[in-house]
Amino acid sequence: MRKIFFYVIVVIIVFLSLLPFLWFVDTSLKSTVEVTSIPPVLVPSGSLHFYQSGIEQYELLHYVKNSIIVAGMTTLVTIIISIFAGYALARLRMRFKGLMLGGLLIVSMFPQISIAGPVWRILDAFGWLNSYQGLILPYVTLTLPLGVWIVASFFKELPRELEDAARIDGCGHLQTLFKIIFPLAAPGIFTAAILVFIYAWNEFFFALLIMTQKQFQTLPVGIALFQGQYTLPWGEIAAASTIATVPLVLLVFLFQKRIVRGLSAGAIKG
Amino acid sequence: MTGLRINDLKKSFDSTTVLDNISFAVSEGEFCILLGPSGCGKTTILRLIAGLEQQDKGEIYIGEQEVSTLTPKERNIAMVFQSYALYPHLNVYENMSFSLRIKKTPGHEIDAVVKKTADLLDIADLLRRKPKELSGGQRQRVAIGRAIVRNPSLFLFDEPLSNLDAKLRTATRVELAKLHRKLGSTIVYVTHDQTEAMTLGQKIILLNNGIIQQIGTPDDLYGRPANVFVAGFIGSPQMNFIEGSVVVKDEKQFFRSPACTIDISNRPALKDYIGKNIIMGIRPEFLTPDEGPLTARIELVEHLGSETIIYARAAGIGITARILSGFQGREGQDITFSFDNKGIHFFHNGIRIA
Repeated sequence: MRKIFFYVIVVIIVFLSLLPFLWFVDTSLKSTVEVTSIPPVLVPSGSLHFYQSGIEQYELLHYVKNSIIVAGMTTLVTIIISIFAGYALARLRMRFKGLMLGGLLIVSMFPQISIAGPVWRILDAFGWLNSYQGLILPYVTLTLPLGVWIVASFFKELPRELEDAARIDGCGHLQTLFKIIFPLAAPGIFTAAILVFIYAWNEFFFALLIMTQKQFQTLPVGIALFQGQYTLPWGEIAAASTIATVPLVLLVFLFQKRIVRGLSAGAIKG
Repeated sequence: MTGLRINDLKKSFDSTTVLDNISFAVSEGEFCILLGPSGCGKTTILRLIAGLEQQDKGEIYIGEQEVSTLTPKERNIAMVFQSYALYPHLNVYENMSFSLRIKKTPGHEIDAVVKKTADLLDIADLLRRKPKELSGGQRQRVAIGRAIVRNPSLFLFDEPLSNLDAKLRTATRVELAKLHRKLGSTIVYVTHDQTEAMTLGQKIILLNNGIIQQIGTPDDLYGRPANVFVAGFIGSPQMNFIEGSVVVKDEKQFFRSPACTIDISNRPALKDYIGKNIIMGIRPEFLTPDEGPLTARIELVEHLGSETIIYARAAGIGITARILSGFQGREGQDITFSFDNKGIHFFHNGIRIA
């Protein structure tokens, strides 16, 4: 009985969370007539019309390309820095370690609007407004605390004796990091990478602020600007949203095992 | 193979001094034990020798070379860790060959050495397995194998048997002794287990609170403990300590305490301590339930099969005796003990005087 109750609750929660997603996937597959029909059509005709027009008329793939460049580079840079910073914070004996970790956390707590002005002016001074690096730089800054914290906590959980063993076996710090720690902390590094990627992929505010030219705009901004003065292309927006979301869903499903798998099992007595 | 010499080592973490004035030497091919209760600094000594920590003061010589400024890699030592520290993402072969691959040893040489070592340790059929697919004893062998493969000038063992169950521990202990005989290598071995120390060690260095208490053979530590700490640490059950003083009566010397008075005229060294407080220590195995100077009341009798442990109390002092089985006394009975003179030690201010 309790079990049934439990599953009913689970189904309700999952359904509610998925509802918006299901709704725009549903909408994206409708025909032009079905989108605006009242009462709403629940089962779409399965037309790919909106995908086609989204790609042809609204240059959907152009935004996808920009998003991939920005989110991909952000992830790469953030993770590389996080690995070095995380290792240092997890392992090396140094002063003010707590302060540094705390400082990182504080940085990530500022509301975006409060730093928007300074960020804009700095980028303007660099001449980086409307450039990929102009968006990647603030994204890296914003995602670093998350990356460093996740990676550092994974490094901390690895048994220290493994590193001692590696050093005795002849590894330097870098070799230890890449030959021993990196493979063992891979689940943590992947988790951090995916979260950073999702953040950069979804981010809207800075993207809107910094990328005023269509040439560099990312998907969220692009989708928002689909709307014209007299037009509201529901179908194309739904199709674009589906295209924006599906890669993330796939990414998480693909790496789910990797994230969950405890690679370090058996290192220490079992 | 080379020896090890350590001179006046000192190490502090933050403001706590964990090691002070540590000096000892291990000759080539010797099996040396660092023994002591947990937190006495023995593992820190091992880590200093390995180069995983830097000492604040003092020198470490491996062979003739002073190694303090060298990295672990350059010291050519091998270490077996308490947790084995096998690399979980590598199989047994890769674990054992790891250091050689880092050194860029040619593949066929690595192959030959790993195969030979695996045969020696009887793990040849496990080479393709991952550490998590091995039992505790097998992991232990792999860890030792990983050390042997490098052909180091010095082996360091950090409590390697403490994660094994009692039966396996005894078996592995015997194997280790055999292995040492076969390889003839210099070994520094950290343990808190006195049985391991007494059975494996050719030389034992007993530490407490970061200071060396005594260096000697197992027989030295058992038969001539330098101080009360050593006397109490070595031997199980623990040595009995009875406080008292030296008195002279009828031209004879006596050790007098509330529990007993015994004639110590045969110990001329004690003449200097007349009138002073001293401690008499006697090992439980040197007490015999017989007509003798010590009378006590039995509190508990443990029959262990081959032997019997008697816990008794005399004038408020706990007395433990270890005797062969067959003892019939019961709790609450009075019992007298005779002493075997060989097993009696005297201490003044904690230091052995006779």
